[in-house]
Amino acid sequence: MKIRAQIGMVLNLDKCIGCHTCSVTCKNVWTSRDGVEYAWFNNVETKPGIGFPKEWENQDKYNGGWVLNHGKLQPKQGSRLKILSNIFANPNLPLIDQYYEPFTFDYERLQNAPDVKTPPTARPISVITGKKMDKIKWGPNWEDDLGGEFSKRAKDILFEGIQKEIHATFENTFMMYLPRLCEHCLNPACVASCPSGSIYKREEDGIVLVDQDKCRGWRMCVSGCPYKKIYYNWVSGKAEKCIFCYPRIEGGQPTVCSETCVGRIRYLGVLLYDADRIEQAASAEDPQDLYQSQLDIFLNPYDPDVIKEALKQGVPQNWLDAAKNSPVYKMAMEWKIAFPLHPEYRTLPMVWYVPPLSPIQSSIDNGLIGKNGIIPDLKDLRIPLRYLANLLTAGKEEPILKALETMISLRRYMRSRSVDKQTDLSTLKNTHLSAEQMDEMYQIMAIANYEDRFVIPSSHKEMAEDAFMEKGSCGFSFGNGCSEGVSKASIFTRKTSPVIFHDQEHDRELNRNK
Amino acid sequence: MLYLDKFFFGIYPYIVLTIFLVGSLIRFEQEQYSWKSESSQILYNGHLRLGNILFHVGILGLFFGHLGGLLTPVVVWDTLGVSHSAKQVFAMSLGGIMGVCCLVGLLLLIYRRFAIDRINANSSWRDKFLLIWLLATLLLGLSTIFVSAHHLDGHEMVRLMTWAQHIVTGRGDASDYISGASIIFKCHLFMGMSVFAIFPFTRLVHVFSGFASVFYLGRVWQLVRPR
Repeated sequence: MKIRAQIGMVLNLDKCIGCHTCSVTCKNVWTSRDGVEYAWFNNVETKPGIGFPKEWENQDKYNGGWVLNHGKLQPKQGSRLKILSNIFANPNLPLIDQYYEPFTFDYERLQNAPDVKTPPTARPISVITGKKMDKIKWGPNWEDDLGGEFSKRAKDILFEGIQKEIHATFENTFMMYLPRLCEHCLNPACVASCPSGSIYKREEDGIVLVDQDKCRGWRMCVSGCPYKKIYYNWVSGKAEKCIFCYPRIEGGQPTVCSETCVGRIRYLGVLLYDADRIEQAASAEDPQDLYQSQLDIFLNPYDPDVIKEALKQGVPQNWLDAAKNSPVYKMAMEWKIAFPLHPEYRTLPMVWYVPPLSPIQSSIDNGLIGKNGIIPDLKDLRIPLRYLANLLTAGKEEPILKALETMISLRRYMRSRSVDKQTDLSTLKNTHLSAEQMDEMYQIMAIANYEDRFVIPSSHKEMAEDAFMEKGSCGFSFGNGCSEGVSKASIFTRKTSPVIFHDQEHDRELNRNK
Repeated sequence: MLYLDKFFFGIYPYIVLTIFLVGSLIRFEQEQYSWKSESSQILYNGHLRLGNILFHVGILGLFFGHLGGLLTPVVVWDTLGVSHSAKQVFAMSLGGIMGVCCLVGLLLLIYRRFAIDRINANSSWRDKFLLIWLLATLLLGLSTIFVSAHHLDGHEMVRLMTWAQHIVTGRGDASDYISGASIIFKCHLFMGMSVFAIFPFTRLVHVFSGFASVFYLGRVWQLVRPR
């Protein structure tokens, strides 16, 4: 048994309001640089929809993730030889237009336009070419709040096994938000796809990082990742991805997306797992067993044997203490309300999701569901159960149904306590939880205090490096060495160019002449 | 003329090799962040599959062809019973095929880089210079086929091999073997050697990494870094 610890994340989709605050704060901190304007380490998608990049979940198109080849795990894009043979032209690479052509606007025109008949407009300018664009055709949240027609979002492959035409009508439409970031998988396909070995998983906290110095820009990770959460920086020529805000995590602080989440939907906590069983867990024959097989390799932080062995293997005591209070462990393992995103990709992702409940809630208000009854009929759920199952459990509906029942029971339980002023224990009959667990769940899920949401032990850098030797050296930096994010030109490299507006001089000249 | 021969084919090769090795080493050590293939596939996919594969297959074939052809000692061929004439014809035909592959690929890549807005706007002068330089070298190299076709006895080829072998073994008289060669050969040699001089300052450094990626074939899937 090889015990490793990881900081996992849970997103409670039941509370996500789709405000994009996580995306924007993340962008401001990490990707407001040349070449990654189009990249969103965190983005929020409205489902149903084809997402960002277009149809990222369609692995027949992108060949991301893993498959079983005669019982052995292998990236879907091919064996090592196949991957190397595609190095000159990667047939699975999403192109920039499948994300969107990054743009800015000709703001100067608004101030300097000559006397014209119509009000001046700021036309979009492509950041890639510097030329004016006729039309912006796609963006990172183009389908926000079901923007666009149904026929387009109906390409969403989560509709598999559902009669989607029914949901085309206004009365039967549904939507939910899906914030997405790197999953920091236990069995990452990006790491496996990298010919130069520049991507790695950190042993101490499980964060998956790209070594920017070692990356050679072979772009196999971009196609290998089934979540399309590795981006190719087209200016620096390197792969970049969500770094789980590791400089903050190391100091015991939550990631920027979690910290700024106004809906308090994000949770961070330690999970202990058996690294020796990763391959076995990811090789489960039936994709619908992958959710359970991933649960099986998580270790119980209360088990004295686990604690003893973990300490022996060098997991720090404060990490073991944090594992006991981990909201992620509670939601995934104890309450069974959080699920991995697309377990069928066999990546064993570590960012989990609580399925949204609200549409069922509205059915209850309409009297469609009896006070103590179980959820009576799947047709009453506005979001089809199968849709959620396709997203979170490879199509297996029972675990999702159970989780939704647990969450409804919590509402009934709390209603009896706060409205009827007496605890009705019969509300627990559809759950496997006790009244104490319900109280704890209420505290963590509904009240969601900061210290309950984020239980992050600080890292033990003193065990790895001599702080005295690091004196005066640079800390976290972008670009080359100790730069400030801009790599200056040298005899070896070009200067990264800011956007040069193609016709700017010409426009100014015209304005002056008018 | 004799002095120029002495310089370009006796001294220049060592200057070029020094720049190649020391330059690459300094770049790897000091500026590894700049060490990359600089793929432009994400910006524009057109002509890439055909162009890039043809170009790389061609140029790798040419590189290894030159390496083996020039540096394998004459004795080896004689022992194997390969006549000089046969070897020359073999070299000309294989080189010709690889050269044409490379040329077609290179022209497609040049088209991409110069005519496609998105790529053109994001190319440095080095990227463009390199492609033109390779094109000129390649065209000169292909022209040598027509020169060699006039003397198929293999004598000229053996002199070129001797030159190359004397260069890498550090013998001072190497340039003597070149002086009689056609000007097209001399130009091709100069352009070809100079590629090594511009190597560390362009995206060419990814060639090292390309060869190193062979180690990927024997690697475990997952990499975990300890603290």
